[in-house]
Amino acid sequence: MITDSMYQELILEHYKHPQGKGLREPYDAEVHHVNPTCGDEITLRVKVGEGGKVEDVSYEGQGCSISQAAASVLHELATGSTVEETLAVVEEFTRLMQGRGQVQPNEDVLGDAVAFAGVAKFPARVKCALLSWMAYKDAVVRSVGA
Amino acid sequence: MAGLRSEGARDELPRDEGSRRLAGAPSRARGASPIDTEKVREDFPVLSRELPGGRPLVYLDSGNSSQKPFQVIDTMREHLARHYGNVGRAMHVLGSESTEAYEAARDKVAAFIGAPSRDEVIFTKNASEALNLVAYSFGNPAADDPRFRLGPGDEIVISEMEHHSNIVPWQMLVQRTGATLKWFGVTDEGRLDLADGVITERTKIVSIAHQSNVLGTVNPVAEVVALARRAGALVMLDASQSVPHHPVNVAELGADFIAFTGHKMVGPSGIGVLWGRRELLEAMPPFLGGGEMIEAVWMDHSTYAPVPHKFEAGTPPIVEAIGLGAAVDYLNGVGMEAVEAHERALTAYALEALKEVPSLRIIGPQSPEGRGATLSFTLEGIHPHDVGQILDDRFGIAVRVGHHCARPLHLRFGIPATTRASLYLYNTTGEIDALVRGLHHVQKVFA
Ligand SMILES: Cc1ncc(COP(=O)(O)O)c(C=O)c1O
Repeated sequence: MITDSMYQELILEHYKHPQGKGLREPYDAEVHHVNPTCGDEITLRVKVGEGGKVEDVSYEGQGCSISQAAASVLHELATGSTVEETLAVVEEFTRLMQGRGQVQPNEDVLGDAVAFAGVAKFPARVKCALLSWMAYKDAVVRSVGA
Repeated sequence: MAGLRSEGARDELPRDEGSRRLAGAPSRARGASPIDTEKVREDFPVLSRELPGGRPLVYLDSGNSSQKPFQVIDTMREHLARHYGNVGRAMHVLGSESTEAYEAARDKVAAFIGAPSRDEVIFTKNASEALNLVAYSFGNPAADDPRFRLGPGDEIVISEMEHHSNIVPWQMLVQRTGATLKWFGVTDEGRLDLADGVITERTKIVSIAHQSNVLGTVNPVAEVVALARRAGALVMLDASQSVPHHPVNVAELGADFIAFTGHKMVGPSGIGVLWGRRELLEAMPPFLGGGEMIEAVWMDHSTYAPVPHKFEAGTPPIVEAIGLGAAVDYLNGVGMEAVEAHERALTAYALEALKEVPSLRIIGPQSPEGRGATLSFTLEGIHPHDVGQILDDRFGIAVRVGHHCARPLHLRFGIPATTRASLYLYNTTGEIDALVRGLHHVQKVFA
């Protein structure tokens, strides 16, 4: 069954035990993104420190397992990396999600986020996976610009 | 008659359903249904379709849109293949055959809902357009009838359980006119809360759902009509979820307008109906302007055709209307009393069966009284999108997930979304068993 490849153990783990959830201070930028078709939403904050290092990505939101797990994985991957590095991951993740299941993911860049490869086959769910990642991209641009 | 069976027969499972039942599956009491579902299902070609991976289809999304019997499909194909011409204006055989079939569909619909006159049946493209048509009749300077005058100080009343189609047109109307929008709340049990003071002498129209598309609740129309009448207000019913599932008679309902939509009543999409009292329809301004809705046109003004044509500008959805006529014939063949009784038995069965699923919470009335066969629910800790995805992908069970175009109602219950199973004349108890098994599996995935 296809959903078996969508609901990877890693995704379910992150959904049940989200990493870094909750909004924290201090932060440079806060954004609120919604997926109007399903009502999923996320509020996300970014704190960028010395040398363009992402010190914290904190978030609060509601939605399906895919959108919640994606935010949790994002928190893990982004925190402690440089803005530049994280934007490369966002780009690769977006490419994978928009590839309709035809794109070979670059595991070296994606790390745990590769678990979402199965989601790309479900056009209706791609937005769920991308919600927090797009919010992050938006927040980073705002915080670096600030 | 399609789908009717002899006395004493019970709701049997179609064969494939029966064989898929797990050995040892709990046996629940099955209420009496007058419908031979096995026979009815043979009329709906898609129901015997196999989904990729060899899954059978379990279609529990008729509240969203129903499936179509071959009688409707064949009528539309036949019309396109052998008769089609534009209606109302062609002086040839094809045009007159099309006109005859199109107007015959209007007769069928009028009889189906007990309309005192066929001219009170206006074809629209869906229920949403019918609701908008009435909303646009208010506060229009082109109409001078006081019942349709609207401005600051005037009020419109809806309810918290409405579909967006019965909310947004009224919001747009109050934005245009400065009138005030008010609404009845919903009780924790999912019933309309007919609180005092919502309808006042300033109320111009009350527009509520006859049956909720989320809760399944059937609203007390007589009470609402009585309150509205006392205040001198008009009453509109969004009958999108009632006309397909119950015998509906507009003369008995006592409302002024009802709206419904073809695709939810085994008919095609692209066709809907507004029924209104003739005298009101005559007092209303036209909605859209164009061909066929006129009597005479000069460069600087026009006069309009009598109802219903006054409200049917341009080439209508001809074949869709004819398809709706065939849908009405089909439902009459089965019998709307039988459809209602079948759904009532299924609802009782489903409410009982869903109790078996741990942490499942029904949003709406918990007993089959005063409700239809629409069952919305939440599962603790599992988002409806995940429920819907796994049900579909593993079991071929089609449900709807989300807010079902009733976001304010979900806000009222403090939930972002629900999973909704909505049943119709072709659904079986075996399919409800399949849903329950599917939900157990969903819970296993997220355990
Ligand atoms: C209660 C109710 N009202 C209105 C509608 C709108 O119907 P349509 O989309 O055909 O206009 C629906 C169906 O979606 C409904 O369930």
